[in-house]
Amino acid sequence: MSKFSLVTKGFIKDNPTFVLVLGMCPTLATTTSAINGMSMGLATAFVLILSNMAISAVAGLIPDKVRIPSYIVIIATFVTLLQLLMQAFLPGIYQTLGLFIPLIVVNCIVLGRAEAFANKNSIFDSALDGLGIGLGFTVSLTIIGIVREVLGNGSIFGWKFIPGDGILIFVLAPGAFMVLAYLMVAFRKIFAKKL
Amino acid sequence: MILCLGTITLVCGALLAGIYILTASPIEQAKKARTQEAIAKVLPPFESLSEAAVDGEFEYSFAMDAQGDTVGVAIKTFSTGFGGRIRMMVGFKTDGTVCSTSILEHSETPGLGAKAEESAFAGQFAGFDPAQKKLLVKQDNGDVDAITAATITSRAYCVAVQNAVDEFRKLMPAAPAEIADTTDVEIVNMEGNINE
Repeated sequence: MSKFSLVTKGFIKDNPTFVLVLGMCPTLATTTSAINGMSMGLATAFVLILSNMAISAVAGLIPDKVRIPSYIVIIATFVTLLQLLMQAFLPGIYQTLGLFIPLIVVNCIVLGRAEAFANKNSIFDSALDGLGIGLGFTVSLTIIGIVREVLGNGSIFGWKFIPGDGILIFVLAPGAFMVLAYLMVAFRKIFAKKL
Repeated sequence: MILCLGTITLVCGALLAGIYILTASPIEQAKKARTQEAIAKVLPPFESLSEAAVDGEFEYSFAMDAQGDTVGVAIKTFSTGFGGRIRMMVGFKTDGTVCSTSILEHSETPGLGAKAEESAFAGQFAGFDPAQKKLLVKQDNGDVDAITAATITSRAYCVAVQNAVDEFRKLMPAAPAEIADTTDVEIVNMEGNINE
């Protein structure tokens, strides 16, 4: 697999949200607005790249029996690191995302990439894989966030172009499921040949 | 196996301890800056601020002008909303009117309760005189317009402000006339309700 396709596969072929259907908890919970979805995606991408690299570096040294706990410890370390750094230097974003950052630990995408890719590939390839999947996740979450924000609040990235309240249900939990379902169908229809 | 897991946790623990030490003071500063910002937002212009004092679950600081006279009090208050604790800063002028309010943290539903931060709702409390008006939403025969479809949040906001008002009266009991006023107003309103 070429280096380039390692990055691009995260967008369509191995799209974590619409194809692999992993990490649904942050997907449904954080996409109430485009900016929230995007920030969550970027935070996950950051953790994914670092944890992929670290796991790929130490995978050969870890006995098979304890590899899952070891991966979890490594991932949790990066998540806590991210949380502390955000709290210190990006307090504004931490205000909105703070609640969801610890959830990255149990995001199946991160552990899934560690298990499926990072532990049998080189550090550089694992970083590219993390970047691709991470950005694919970011784009998916941003799209869901945009749709929910437009329908539910009449705005995009906080810029309000429809006055009034919007269809509130799209900002709430049921709206998350509906938007995700319709987008997943649309995604599979559009990219049917590439999957 | 145990050695391997032990090493990993040790290295990770050491790394986190290091980062924690590095970020501890910026985090503290960011939190302080947020509180200061909130205080500045809810009070009339002031020169200096007293050190925050704690009373039970409330925190308050007095704001002084250049002459050292108190121009306002900022009280950190809270209540329980739809999604958990709502913490906010309420600023009072010395005459007991609410100068302004600002939410410090909340976990209300985005698009519904989270609108409490917007000026359409929160703006109602600027200049609110608890001696003249009732700190209740209109559904409860008060004087506050609730947020559409977020009555619980609106009520919680009123409760938080009311808590601050109570705390303010405890701190500045200098104006008994006002308190008497409130009771009058309440009695009138209650009679009004009965009539309705």
